Amino acid sequence: MKRRPLRITKTMQRQTFSRRMMLVGGIQATFGGLLVARLGYLSVSQNQYYRTLAEDNRVQMIIVPPRRGWIVDRHGKPIAINRSDFRVDFIPDQAPEDQIDTILDKVGALLELDPDTMERIRAEVASKTGYQPVQLAENVPFDRYAAVTVRLPELPGVQPMRGFSRYYPAGPAVGHLVGYVGAASREEYVAEEKNPLLVTPGFKIGKEGLEEVLEQDLRGQPGGQRVEVTARGKLVRELEPKPDRSGETVQLALDAGLHEYAARRMGLESGACVVLDCLTGEILCIASMPAYDPNSFSDGIGRTEWRLLTENERRPLVNKTLNALYPPGSTVKPMVALALQKHGVDPTERVNCPGGYQLGNRFFRCLGRHGPVDMNRAIAKSCNTYFYSMGHRVGYENIAPMAHYLGLGETFDLPVVSQSYGTVPDPDWKLRKFDQKWTSADTLNASIGQGYMILNPIQLAVMAGRIASGRLIQPKLIGVHPKPAPLLDIPKEHLDVVRGGMWQVVNGDGTAGASRLPFPDIQMGGKTGTAQVRRISGGQRGQGGEWKYRDHGLFVGFAPVSSPRFSVSVVIEHGMGGSRAAAPVARDVLTYLFDRELAMRNLEAMEANWGGSLAERTEQFQRQVLAVSEANA
Amino acid sequence: MLLSSVVPRPLALLPWKVILLVLAIGGMGIATLYSTAGGSVEPWALRQGLIFITVLLAAIGMSYMPERWIKTLTPLAYAGVFLLLILVEAMGHIGKGAQRWIDLGFMKLQPSEFMKPVIVLVLARFYELLPLGDLRKLRALWPAALLVGAPVGLILLQPDLGTALAVLFAAVVVMFMAGLPLWYFVGGGLAVLAALPLAYAFMHDYQRRRVLIFLDPEADPLGAGYHVSQSKIAIGSGGTWGKGYLNGSQSHLQYLPEGHTDFIFSAMVEEWGLVGGTVLILAFAGLIAWGLNVARKAHSRFGKLAAVGLTSNIFFYVGVNLMMVMGMAPVVGIPLPLVSFGGSAVMTVMLSIGVLMSFDRQIRLAPRRPAQTD
Repeated sequence: MKRRPLRITKTMQRQTFSRRMMLVGGIQATFGGLLVARLGYLSVSQNQYYRTLAEDNRVQMIIVPPRRGWIVDRHGKPIAINRSDFRVDFIPDQAPEDQIDTILDKVGALLELDPDTMERIRAEVASKTGYQPVQLAENVPFDRYAAVTVRLPELPGVQPMRGFSRYYPAGPAVGHLVGYVGAASREEYVAEEKNPLLVTPGFKIGKEGLEEVLEQDLRGQPGGQRVEVTARGKLVRELEPKPDRSGETVQLALDAGLHEYAARRMGLESGACVVLDCLTGEILCIASMPAYDPNSFSDGIGRTEWRLLTENERRPLVNKTLNALYPPGSTVKPMVALALQKHGVDPTERVNCPGGYQLGNRFFRCLGRHGPVDMNRAIAKSCNTYFYSMGHRVGYENIAPMAHYLGLGETFDLPVVSQSYGTVPDPDWKLRKFDQKWTSADTLNASIGQGYMILNPIQLAVMAGRIASGRLIQPKLIGVHPKPAPLLDIPKEHLDVVRGGMWQVVNGDGTAGASRLPFPDIQMGGKTGTAQVRRISGGQRGQGGEWKYRDHGLFVGFAPVSSPRFSVSVVIEHGMGGSRAAAPVARDVLTYLFDRELAMRNLEAMEANWGGSLAERTEQFQRQVLAVSEANA
Repeated sequence: MLLSSVVPRPLALLPWKVILLVLAIGGMGIATLYSTAGGSVEPWALRQGLIFITVLLAAIGMSYMPERWIKTLTPLAYAGVFLLLILVEAMGHIGKGAQRWIDLGFMKLQPSEFMKPVIVLVLARFYELLPLGDLRKLRALWPAALLVGAPVGLILLQPDLGTALAVLFAAVVVMFMAGLPLWYFVGGGLAVLAALPLAYAFMHDYQRRRVLIFLDPEADPLGAGYHVSQSKIAIGSGGTWGKGYLNGSQSHLQYLPEGHTDFIFSAMVEEWGLVGGTVLILAFAGLIAWGLNVARKAHSRFGKLAAVGLTSNIFFYVGVNLMMVMGMAPVVGIPLPLVSFGGSAVMTVMLSIGVLMSFDRQIRLAPRRPAQTD
C-alpha cells in the first residue's frame, strides 16, 4: 500500500515535469519573440521619429539672427535698411566655470559697461544653458571692439561679432510710417511659443508701424552655427553651419522723396500731409510731424528722450495721418455740393448771403457778406450761408451717405497698427450716441464740417482724390499698383461743377489764391478749411492767443486740374487757417512732384528760418536729450 | 567530434558551445563598455574583462565539481548568504539611497545578488529530499515558503524590489517544476493581481514614481521619465544596422544615463542596430535553451530542478532588463547579465552557469545512466 502511490506519483511527477518544462520553455520563447518584436518596432518602424529626437539631443544651434528685409519706396529708394555694427557676446559654456567672473570683469572694463548692464549680464550668464550666448554689448565703437579683439586669448567664451542694426535714412520723417524695432518683450516671446530666435542676442522685432505689421515678411529665416554638445552642454565639435535667409524686401507705393519733403516742409508746425495717386489710390506720402526718430528707438531709447517725447504738446508719438481726428471745416463743402446735386439742387440756383443764415431765433454766421452766390461761387468763397440754406433744404440724412461714399468716417484696408474712424454724424448716430433727436442746427453745423464731424487726414485725401478723378480709389501702401480704380457712381456734370469751384478757390478770387502752383501750365484745385478747436466768444475766432486754442488749418486739393493725377490733404494743427497754414504746404508738396529743384530751393530758404533742416534739428534734439539726462544724473 | 583527434581530451570535453555563447555575450558587453567610455578601456572595459575572464575560469573550474559537492555546499551557501544579508542590513553601506553593499575594498559585494542562485539550489535540494507523496501536503509548502520568505523580506527591507522579485521568481519556478499543485500558482497569481493596489500603497515614493512613469513615460521626459525616454531614443535611432561602432551619440554625449550598467543594451543597439540587438537576444536564447536542455537531461531531481531554476534566473534578468530599457516595464534597476558593468551580477550569473556546466558534464560523462540517487 505504501509503495503504490509512491510509484504512481513518481511517474506522474515525471510527466508533470515534462509538461511544465514545455510550459516554462514556451513562455520564455514567447517572451524572447516579444522582445525581438519590440526591438524591431522601436528601431525600424519608429526609427525616423527617434532619429529626429537623437539629433535634437545631439545638435544645438547657436542662432544667427537673419538680416531684416529692407523697406523701399516705389522707385527702390531705401526707407529702412541694415547697417553693420560691432557687437560682443559671451558663451558661458566656452569659459572655464571658475574664471567666468574674472572674464566678465575684464571685458566689462574694456567695453566700459555700466554697473546695471553688468548686473543684467551676470544674471543672464547664471541662467543660460546649452551653449547659448549672452549679449554683452551692441553698437560697440570700433576702438573698444578692437580692444576686446586683441585681448581675445585671455577672454575665453567672449565672441566679438559683426552684427546689424536697423537704419532709417530719413529719420523722424518716416517715424510714424515705419515704426521701429527692438528686442522682443517677454509677452512677445510667449506669444510666439517661446521661439528661441526672439531671445537671441541682437535679434530685433518690429514694434510699431510697418515694422510691426510686416514682421513676418521682413524677418527671414535664422541660420546658425550647429554644434555637437553633450548632455551637460559641453561643446564636442562644430558641425556645418546652417545659412540664414534674409527677410524679404518690401516695396511701398510711397514716394520716399516726396514723403520726406512733406515732412520737412511742415517745419516747426504740428500736422499731417497725405498725397495719393488719385487714379490708383497709391499712397505717395503719409507724413506726420513732429515725429520721433526711429533710429533712436532701434538703439534702445533712453528714459530722458522718452520723457521729452511724451511731454511734448505737439504729440510726436501720435501718427496724425491715421490716429488724430480733426473737424474738417469747409474742406467737406465739395462733398456736400455733390450730395446737394444728387438730391436735386440746381447748381445755378443762387442763395443770397447777407452775412449769415437765420434759423428760428438763431443766426448762423458766415465769414463774409457774399451777396447772391451759386454753387460754384459758394465753394470758391467758402460761403457758409449757401451750405446752411441748401443743407437745411436737403437734410443731413441725405448728405451723410455721400460723405461715406467718398471715404469719410471710413477705415481702409491698410497695413497699419491702428486707424481711427472719426465721425460722420447723422440722426441715427446722434440718437445712439447721445439719445437725442437730430436738429436743424446739427444739419447746419455738419454742412460746413463743424459740430460733431471729426475726420482724419487720410480720409480727407481719399475724398479729394475721389472727387478729382471720379474714381473709387482705395488707398494702398504696399506695392506698386498701376491699374486705375473703377469710376464713381456720380454724374460727370456734378463733379465738373465741384471741380470748377475748387479751381476757383486757388486760381480765381477764392480763399487760397496765394497758393497757386508756380507753373503756367499746371494748376491746382482745392478747398481750404478752418476748424474751431473750441467755441470762442466774439469775433476772435481762435486767430491768436495760446497755441493749443488756435484754429486748425486744413486744405484738400488736387493737381493738375486739366487731368487730375494727385490728390492731397494737409492739416496744420492750430495753424489758424486753411489758406494761411495748410494751402501753402500743399502747394509746395505738389510743386515737388513737378519740379523737384524748385521745391527744394524754396524749402531750404524756409528751413534757414526754422533753425536748420530736419536732420540738423534732430541732431539738436539729441544734444538736448543728452544735456538733460546729464543734468539729471 | 572532429577536434577530438587534435586537442587533448580534457579540453575537448569542455562544453564549448556554452563557453562560446558566454564569450560572445561577454565580448559584446566589453566592446560596448569600451565604446560608452568614449573609446577607452578605462574605466570599465578593462576591469569588466578581467572580472569576466576570472569568473569564467572559476565557472569552468566549478564544472568539475561532482553534484554531491554542490549538494553539500548548498545549505552552507544559503546560511552564509543569509547571514550576509542580515549583516548588510545591520551595517549596510549607504549608496544610491539604499543599503545593499558590503565594501570589500577591491569590490562592493551585494549579498542579495548571490541569493538568486542560492535560493534555487536550496529549494531544489529541499524538494529532492521531500518524499514525492508529500507534494500535495502542507509540509511541501511551508518550509519552502520560509526558506524564500526570510531572505526576500530582508531584501525588501534594503529596499531592493528588483532583486526581491528576481529571487521570488526563481523560487516560484523551482516550486512549480517540483510539482506543487497547479492551483497554488493560479490562486497565487490572482492574489497578487488583487494585491497590486495594496503593494502600490506600500511603495517608496521613488518606486511609485517609476511605476507611474512606466505607465506614461512622456509625462515627464526631462525629469523621472528621462531614463526611459533617452533609452528608447537610443534604441530607436539605431535603426536596422545601427549608427556604427563608437558612433552612438546618445551614449557618447551622455544623454543616455547608466549606459554602462542597466541601460547598456540601449547603448549597444544604438551602435549595432536591430541586427546587433537581435544577435545578443539570440545568444541569450541559446544560453537559456542550453540550460533548459540540461534540466531535461539531468540525472537527479536536484539537477533537474536546479537547472530550471538557474536558467529561469538568467531569463528573468535578461527579460526584465530588456523590457525595462525598451519601455515595457518600470525601471527596476536590474542589470543585463554578463553585459552590464558590475562584479556581483557577473559573478552570480557565472556561478549559475558553472553549476549548470557541472550538471552538463555529469550528463555527458554518463549519458545513459538513469537517475538512481532518489
